[in-house]
Amino acid sequence: MTMSESLAIELQFSGGMELLFDNKKTIHTKVPAHFRQGADSHAVTIRDLIGWMASHLLKERPELFIGPDGSVRSGILVLVNGADWELEGELEYELQDGDEIVFISTLHGG
Amino acid sequence: MTTTAKPIRNPCNLCQSARAILKRPKTGQQLCKDCFYHVFETEIHNTIVDNKLFRRGDRVAIGASGGKDSTVLAYVLKLLNDRYSYGLDLVLLSIDEGITGYRDDSLETVKRNRDQYQIPLLIVSYKDLYGWSMDDIVKEIGRKNNCTFCGVFRRQALDRGAIMLNVDHIVTGHNADDIAETVLMNILRGDLPRLQRCTSIITNDTSEDASGIETSKILRSKPFKYTYEKEIVMYAYFKKLDYFSTECIYSPNAYRGYARVFLKDLEALYTMRLYFV
Repeated sequence: MTMSESLAIELQFSGGMELLFDNKKTIHTKVPAHFRQGADSHAVTIRDLIGWMASHLLKERPELFIGPDGSVRSGILVLVNGADWELEGELEYELQDGDEIVFISTLHGG
Repeated sequence: MTTTAKPIRNPCNLCQSARAILKRPKTGQQLCKDCFYHVFETEIHNTIVDNKLFRRGDRVAIGASGGKDSTVLAYVLKLLNDRYSYGLDLVLLSIDEGITGYRDDSLETVKRNRDQYQIPLLIVSYKDLYGWSMDDIVKEIGRKNNCTFCGVFRRQALDRGAIMLNVDHIVTGHNADDIAETVLMNILRGDLPRLQRCTSIITNDTSEDASGIETSKILRSKPFKYTYEKEIVMYAYFKKLDYFSTECIYSPNAYRGYARVFLKDLEALYTMRLYFV
């Protein structure tokens, strides 16, 4: 077991996304470095992070954040260390210690 | 110290010399920050020029809600007006529907934009125009079809404000995603006249103005007709523009919300869908 091992991750929220997270713009957190899948364990990916955030950080209405496929709901943009996650492997991106992940809602207002 | 350049992670498709930060929804192209700004602004400039939206000397009101689209529109129009010498006289026009806890806060954002971009601002309120705020109306009729009423009032209030400002033209921040939603809603409702009109980039139409005031000289256009929401939000984020992002307290059951989620889900399947629509 390597459960004591964890990564420091900075989460940022904007475009109305912060309303789901206690109105916090930034959350510094520790995320387990490995996730178990059946008998195996793998390095934490953004997919794991999203599920982990939904169960550990979200106070209410997780369906406004996470979709049925385990990704963020459509209309939410994600940046990994300042770049569009679509350039970084999206859900399969493996988190590194010190990463900064930004979630921006495009759904609010006009 | 070594001067050997490190290979760049995800180099920009245009300049090849900086790290890409955005994958364009339209083309899949990956761009660095500076190339993205340049491409984004130039496409809007091309839309304005190709469609002959403005004439030199036009007085143009920007419909400003404080939200992402109109904030980016005000910023970019100001920038393009200076860069390409359009010779436009820009003003911000905001409508105060009278929705406590929503519009009062977003108007504070517009006031900051007025100061940041140095564009004069006029705020026109439902209360002054009609004697009723949205809060008064909801108190009276309850929570049903609020957005439908409010939308009709807002359109007319924009026209009335435009007359007060003596402008030639009103621009709004409707983007390609909004227009696709509107197309879908008009298909679902079987509204053929609107279906045709809602995709025009520029309109000049008074049929809905029940006030009888002569507004036929005032044009309306949507310079973001070909601009994707993702790029507007990314532009606002990287430029650190000051915008307001809270959902209207009366809107959760609006018809548009369903059309919107449906399209966003389709988008996951068909990247080019907005152009097909």
